Amino acid sequence: MRQRWSDYAILLMAIVGLWQAAYYLAGPEAITPPLATVRHLAVLMDGARFWEHARASGVAFLYACMVALAGGLVLGIAIGASPRGHEILTPILSTLYSIPKIMLYPVILLVFGLGLSAKVAFGAMHGFFPVALFAIGAIRNIPPVLLRSARVMHVARLDLVRHILLPAALPEIVTGLRIGFATTFLGTLMGEMFASSEGLGFMMIRAMDIHNVPDIMALTLLAFVVATAANTFLLAVEKRVHAHGR
Amino acid sequence: MKHPGWWRLAIVGGAVLALELACRGGIIDRVTMVPPSQMVVALVRMMIGTPWFWSDAGATFRNIGAAIVLSIVPGFLIGLMVHALPRLRAVLNPVLFSYYSVPTFVFYPLLIVIFGIGPASLIVMGAMFGIVAMISATLVSIDRIPRVYGKAARVMRLSPWQTALRVQLPAATPHLITGIKLAVAYSVIGVIAGEFIISTAGLGRRLTLSYNGFDTATMYGLMLLIFIAVAIVNTVLQGWETRVHRRWYRA
Repeated sequence: MRQRWSDYAILLMAIVGLWQAAYYLAGPEAITPPLATVRHLAVLMDGARFWEHARASGVAFLYACMVALAGGLVLGIAIGASPRGHEILTPILSTLYSIPKIMLYPVILLVFGLGLSAKVAFGAMHGFFPVALFAIGAIRNIPPVLLRSARVMHVARLDLVRHILLPAALPEIVTGLRIGFATTFLGTLMGEMFASSEGLGFMMIRAMDIHNVPDIMALTLLAFVVATAANTFLLAVEKRVHAHGR
Repeated sequence: MKHPGWWRLAIVGGAVLALELACRGGIIDRVTMVPPSQMVVALVRMMIGTPWFWSDAGATFRNIGAAIVLSIVPGFLIGLMVHALPRLRAVLNPVLFSYYSVPTFVFYPLLIVIFGIGPASLIVMGAMFGIVAMISATLVSIDRIPRVYGKAARVMRLSPWQTALRVQLPAATPHLITGIKLAVAYSVIGVIAGEFIISTAGLGRRLTLSYNGFDTATMYGLMLLIFIAVAIVNTVLQGWETRVHRRWYRA
């Protein structure tokens, strides 16, 4: 399905319309209207404090992504490549994936203390499992006929990985990376909300504690815009990879 | 040891045992983590002797249950509607894809203004978190129904209702179950996160209280309870999923 520019325009108008309507229904103590929120965000972004928090979030997210994506890929490919390992370990991974990791925030705090490593651990914990599970799926779903033909043609091991396994598994791996990226973003923000004293997530929870509605709305808008932009970009990459595989 | 289940049991058992030894031997100190055996003891003690336990656990599981129903049923219906309107779907696509990178529970304070502090806010929070996974899964599940089934239904002159109930629904079930699994997981997160932030009752609140009061044993007992509950639900759904998959993809 192709995305048209008019789709984005309609979406934007619908969101602004619903948002404005919600404002009239719920009142200023619950919601700030769209225009005021954008203005407030601009004011926030003008201050130096904001950029300190934004940088803290960015650093934490970067580290968390590295841990989650690299760790998830290595483990996922290793497990996917071994039928026995898959049979034994994949159910354990999918159970770990399903536990609400948010309930572990006290453990993370006790182990890592308040700060960067706690945020990174929280973010990585969220992204690691989907990346690993998708990588397992990617390797498992390589059609066996490709491997059999490669054996018949005496393809060297390195060429096998480069020219056959990687191209066949790449589309699903990229999907996993996109989802891992999104969940790491969520995890890092949550880590900042519950286990940190700096970062955009911390700004959010502080605003929630003192019921500062303009701040909450502005920061949520920012998080949503950043996430949507990153996702749209990664989705385009993913579509290209998928189209290439065909 | 041929069956993979035994290997799994050995690995999990070994990990728990290692944790137990590390805690007892002082490698992990008592404030950070209590030995797994003490988590079980703490949980059992709460279950039989603590007055707040059943009311708080009941409140949390009730709220989660309500949130699950409110994400699965409307999520499925909205999914059907969006699938019938391709233009609407194209418009909603970016939201469906990026919804889960934003912590939706930042809206929790707004929900409290609207619904007040109490179960209603928590249930809406959980449902808001779970519903989008169900909508996406419903869309995918209809996409994946092979065209030939529709043709076969037409050849057999089934009515639209018969086609929907006897052909399309069963064919969509495998992906719908995946959606249900995700909706359950997200509803749990939404409700518990809400209880962490502001609430008057529930396991999430008790967890925060025990953390703040350095009551590590109670804290881990509560986590163990949530973990067991989630693992049971997940195993049941997984079993259902495997059965359905086997029926559909039998070679």
